[in-house]
Amino acid sequence: MNVIGLGNEWRSDDGAGLEVARRVGGRQLDGEPVALVEALAAGSDVTIVDAVSSGAPPGTVHEFEAGAEPLPVQLFGASSTHALGLAEALELARSLGRLPARVRVLGIEGRRFDYGRGLSPEVEEAVERCTRSI
Amino acid sequence: MAKTRTLRTDYLARVEGEGAMLVKIRDGKPVDVKLRIYEPPRFFEAFLRGRRFTEAPDITARICGICPVAYQVSSVNAMEDACGVEVGPQIRALRRLLYCGEWIESHALHVFMLHAPDFLGYASAIELAKDDRALVERALHMKKTGNEIMRAIGGREVHPINVRVGGFYRAPTGHELAALVDDLERAREFALETVRFAAGLDYPQLEQDYELVALSEPDAYAVEDGRLVSNRGLDIPVSEYEQHFVEEHVEWSNALHSRLIERGNYLVGPLARWALSGDRMTPLAREAARDAGLGRDERNPFRSILVRSVELVFAADEALRLIAAYEPPEPSFVEVVPRAGVGYGCSEAPRGLCWHRYELDENGLILDAKIVPPTSQNQKTIESDLHGVVERYADLPDDELSLRCEQAIRNYDPCISCATHFLKLEVDRR
Repeated sequence: MNVIGLGNEWRSDDGAGLEVARRVGGRQLDGEPVALVEALAAGSDVTIVDAVSSGAPPGTVHEFEAGAEPLPVQLFGASSTHALGLAEALELARSLGRLPARVRVLGIEGRRFDYGRGLSPEVEEAVERCTRSI
Repeated sequence: MAKTRTLRTDYLARVEGEGAMLVKIRDGKPVDVKLRIYEPPRFFEAFLRGRRFTEAPDITARICGICPVAYQVSSVNAMEDACGVEVGPQIRALRRLLYCGEWIESHALHVFMLHAPDFLGYASAIELAKDDRALVERALHMKKTGNEIMRAIGGREVHPINVRVGGFYRAPTGHELAALVDDLERAREFALETVRFAAGLDYPQLEQDYELVALSEPDAYAVEDGRLVSNRGLDIPVSEYEQHFVEEHVEWSNALHSRLIERGNYLVGPLARWALSGDRMTPLAREAARDAGLGRDERNPFRSILVRSVELVFAADEALRLIAAYEPPEPSFVEVVPRAGVGYGCSEAPRGLCWHRYELDENGLILDAKIVPPTSQNQKTIESDLHGVVERYADLPDDELSLRCEQAIRNYDPCISCATHFLKLEVDRR
């Protein structure tokens, strides 16, 4: 199975997805849309882990299956640092016929996204839960 | 009875970063146009104080995920200037090649994913991809090729880690660069198709009287260095920038507004580069421009997508030329010994001038830093374009006028993350 972690390790909890990918030997991407579309084409069964900010308690893990239907844009739409968010990149891949049949998406709710390194304790726990489930 | 309309877009899509636009129209005339950038100010300049001069390229690259090379090259230019060091032609050529990679990936993203949907009546590149898969596949190939150049020279595609003051940590082998040639040749073909595609678009009418500012070099299309020139007689070394340009805070935006002290707003980016040194592009790029009917005095900001397409041809062509002529610099960097002083550096980010100044102490610690990104320089001009668009298209219904205004903002490929060291749209019509 292919695991792709997304985020920016220099923006605190935004690095949660990268940390999961690091622990399971997956790919670490910063969300650049073309690299993501390319990485998706590589497998038939992909798990993507990203940090989200929805207002849920920090450390909450939101789980979606994007192979069949679009991700909720409120959670995975373009943020301030990406021209295209994860949701848009997946839809672009779908339009191009490059989306794997199964795309499991884990969204880890972050507490803080300011400059700096290191994860909040709740997010660290969620990273551990996601790693085990993968 | 006076009629007022307000157009408001609270979150502008397809621009890099967070921003909003407010347009107030009274009796069919624009009375107030504001581009608001409210991503919080990014305290990079303060963050740099007390850091070593060698850290600037890696720290400033973090300002932007789309144009990190611009920040790296401008910062190394400035540090080398401060320390009185000149790098040789091979290191300069390798920087130029790295920069071509950034232009290709950034322009391919903007032309197809962010700007073309406006011209073709699609809400996004995703809908466009459903109807014209081949077009979007070509864009993805170009973007990927740009990324590959950045990976081959920079170590990775997004925030390159191989650039250092004085040169590169490691120079790629000729073999590593030769591996890029097949993809680059296809990218150059796709870029030529992109020019033909852009030439066939339906352009809104708007002619603006701009002061155009860009870097200029005697024998080359200026990218990684040069003198600052304009179509109104400015011709200065980058070290004199602050004697001619100021940055001002405006209450409606977190990004500073730049202006020429004597003449006000100005434009940086593709239109300016093309007007001021288009004759120094490669023959293939000039021929593509001519076939597309692109005049040298292009003043319609909507035609910037066409200039960007020509620059895609140029960047792919130039990259191939540089690879063919490549000699690995030996050693891969010049030793730079710090000294107390001030250094200035500038380069042409895909969106326009990226200007840096650093003051160092005798140990090479940064005492002060100033970074002027392209989007803050273009902000006033974007607002003046919006005035022009609203005046000309005031009869359009609010939703169409809003779209036209957004399209006008995207002419500048604004990079709002960069500018706040940052769109929503609001139209108020009564």
